Amino acid sequence: MPPVIEMRNITKTFPGVAANSNISITLEEGEIHALLGENGAGKTTLMGVLFGLHRPDSGSVYIRGEKRRIAGPPDAAALGIGMVHQHFKLVPAFTVTENIMLGTKRFLLNTKKAAADIAALSARHGLGVDPHAKIEAVSVGMQQRVEILKMLHRNADILIFDEPTAVLTPQETAELMKIMRSLISQGKSIIFITHKLHEIKAVADRCTVLRAGKVSGTVNVADTSAEQMAEMMVGRKVSLNVVKPPPREGQPVFAAQNITVWGARRETAVRQASFEVREGEILGLAGVDGNGQSELAEALAGLRKIHSGSLTLRGKDITRASVKKRMRQGLAHIPEDRGKRGLILDFSLADNLALALYDRPPFSRHGLRDFNQINLYAQKIISDFDVRAASGGQTSARAMSGGNRQKAVVGREMERKPAVLIAVQPTRGLDVGSIEYIHKRLLALREDGCAILLVSLDLDEILELSDRVAVISRGRIAGVLGAAEADKNTVGLMMAGAGKGAEVT
Amino acid sequence: MKRLRVPKPFIFAVAAVFSGFVAGALLMLIIGKNPIVGYAALFRGAVKNPAVSLSAVGQTLIMSAILCLSGLSLAFAGKVGLFNIGAAGQMLIGGFAASVAVYRLPTDCPKALTIAVILVVGAFGGAVWAGVAGVLKARFGINEVVATIMLNWVAFWTVDYFVRNYFPRDAYVKTTSRVLPDAMSLRLQWLEKIFDSRFVNFGLFVAVAMVVLTWFIMNKTVFGFELRAVGANRFAAEYAGIHAGTGTVCAMLIAGALAGLAGVTYYLGYVTSIQVGVLPSYGYDGIAVALVGQNSPGGVAAAALLFGVLRSGKDFMTIETGIMNELADCVIAIIIYFSAAIMLYEKLSAKLTKKRAAAPAAAETGGGKP
Ligand SMILES: Nc1ncnc2c1ncn2[C@@H]1O[C@H](COP(=O)(O)OP(=O)(O)O)[C@@H](O)[C@H]1O
Ligand SMILES: [Mg+2]
Repeated sequence: MPPVIEMRNITKTFPGVAANSNISITLEEGEIHALLGENGAGKTTLMGVLFGLHRPDSGSVYIRGEKRRIAGPPDAAALGIGMVHQHFKLVPAFTVTENIMLGTKRFLLNTKKAAADIAALSARHGLGVDPHAKIEAVSVGMQQRVEILKMLHRNADILIFDEPTAVLTPQETAELMKIMRSLISQGKSIIFITHKLHEIKAVADRCTVLRAGKVSGTVNVADTSAEQMAEMMVGRKVSLNVVKPPPREGQPVFAAQNITVWGARRETAVRQASFEVREGEILGLAGVDGNGQSELAEALAGLRKIHSGSLTLRGKDITRASVKKRMRQGLAHIPEDRGKRGLILDFSLADNLALALYDRPPFSRHGLRDFNQINLYAQKIISDFDVRAASGGQTSARAMSGGNRQKAVVGREMERKPAVLIAVQPTRGLDVGSIEYIHKRLLALREDGCAILLVSLDLDEILELSDRVAVISRGRIAGVLGAAEADKNTVGLMMAGAGKGAEVT
Repeated sequence: MKRLRVPKPFIFAVAAVFSGFVAGALLMLIIGKNPIVGYAALFRGAVKNPAVSLSAVGQTLIMSAILCLSGLSLAFAGKVGLFNIGAAGQMLIGGFAASVAVYRLPTDCPKALTIAVILVVGAFGGAVWAGVAGVLKARFGINEVVATIMLNWVAFWTVDYFVRNYFPRDAYVKTTSRVLPDAMSLRLQWLEKIFDSRFVNFGLFVAVAMVVLTWFIMNKTVFGFELRAVGANRFAAEYAGIHAGTGTVCAMLIAGALAGLAGVTYYLGYVTSIQVGVLPSYGYDGIAVALVGQNSPGGVAAAALLFGVLRSGKDFMTIETGIMNELADCVIAIIIYFSAAIMLYEKLSAKLTKKRAAAPAAAETGGGKP
């Protein structure tokens, strides 16, 4: 039997980049085929070619053995190809049903019948989607399932998932894997794009690895170790385990005392939180998303009011200090939402890299900006942190890829040699190579004596890097554990609300 | 490695202007006129016969200067993400405040001091008027569009009241303020001699200076960087320790000062009294100038010059060719439409990429508006 999809010698260049060069890939019936590659390796572009979003410069696509020209998404849909895009294409104000019906090109919409169909479809695949819910009211994980339903509703049997897990919590990821397996058992075939190796290990049958627009190999997942795949992806040996020198017994530099913070709707988001971060240590803050860690991080950085309690940095009270004052005291912050807080997308990379220092010598004197100094400094961060940008410091931040934007923010905050760093999900959405790199830099910063508060939803990351782990649950610090007692099980239970009860150091 | 790259906004602006002229040419063809002859007359009207008299040139330049100042007011606010639709009211208040100040000056006051008083008081008046909207926005989140439109009418009636009751022209004409002698205005004798026109005044130099100054502030100073940061992304600005509210107030103060300068150039130079019952149309034309000039000082200057030419040449075109002078307004209008369409397109595509950029947070809709 011919493969469901065969892409032969696909080449696609954008001005200045060969996004895909001579790529061949096959998808067999009933398999989950992983497509692995760092950010910018060309995965999305390749799928865009398959889905009719890009016209390849050369190469051809065979669907079930027949050569096909796919000129646009409707062609792809007619061939049974469905895609969950990296960035969802849903109308927030519409209901699930309306979104799924959208673009089906029927003159009259029978929403009632459609809703019933969708409910049935959802039940058959165990998706648990409410057809009447408004998109803006449901979680990201649920939105993704709506996208899946959209494909199924259009009778797609070749399903493409473009980095579906980048936006999911660990639990949602596990659920998605279950759904993918169930889809396979119903006769679908799946291409699964990711750069998380353990996900590939968990569900994929075969894996094609892309590096810089070229195929570096297709392997059977069962016969290949995560290290081998990482090496194919990055092009060099990658150590997946961090080597961490023992912590030094430093002085506490950053201390929170009974901090209470209000959330966006004036609800108490953080309740009486106390902890301290010592010089040269990484304190991990673990918790399920939405348990107050975002509000806490913002409050520590000065972006949200501390309602009661006190905060000190190197013994100085900064509870009410402005953002600028905190920065001058040596506080750095890698914000959670890089697109919103971390970067001014319309500004150049250089301006963004100097965003915390722009008003200080040597970057400005007497109120005038010194562009030479700014560019030199930007250049240093760009090369130190391997930020890829087409025209260096003059690149508009908007024109940069997500991973490189993130490296830019991380680089900017680390380059300042801060006394305290609040790092909120510093590696979210990054590929293995970049994660390894950022972890290394965090550890190097720790060696330099920086006190680091690492807020992450990725429990593995927290456990790997932290010297101590604080667990937050429903706005309360459920406890602080030493590295020795912090294992996945204990922390997981505390995250779920089973407090350790003990007061914090 | 340096490659000369024409900035995108520049190409867009030129495209919009070109489209406006093409559309105007089509209109002329439709009404059976020769567009080449029509445009030639239009441009000739803006300069007339410069060998004999520079008065038409002067007229064009001073109109452009007023348009330029009011356009700069909108552009400056626009860079900080604010829409100062109240430039007309700020012009009126600036002009009125400066007139009142000059009424109080002794008649033998040195010209330099008179000019200084006019400029300072005019700028101050406009700044205060716009500053009110800035404070309302920063403190209470009141939309500056609504606030400035309302302030326009407050200005309109305030000036109406004071002119009628305290500074009427004479016992019979109460709808016009007391006329200032040329010596007590921005008019300069040597300029009058060069241009053979009393309308041309010191405001010309003010406009040029403000183009340079606003460019310098925006692009070279820390203050300008902070303002632009607030305009481009107030959340990131706050993250960098820049107070968005302070930026908003500062931007409105400066925008108001620029409108105030437009006001004095108009009320204490181009004319020398204030007519009540109308808001100066230049205040609204500034919207179009800033739009076509894409909020950049150089662009505003160029757009103001273009609109000044179209405005001052259109009557001559009518007389010479019989093409109705509304056609010049059509060209202006079409240029504005194209600029707006391009701007809208840019905004939308920027929004889309922003959405994509904020991928992990894609679910939280509507968060990114500055
Ligand atoms: N529409 C586009 N125009 C220009 N360059 C693009 C476009 N889409 C992607 N690229 C470039 O092509 C390369 C591959 O991108 P992409 O396929 O999105 O990578 P991945 O999905 O593996 O992260 C990158 O260098 C990216 O900048
Ligand atoms: Mg991609």
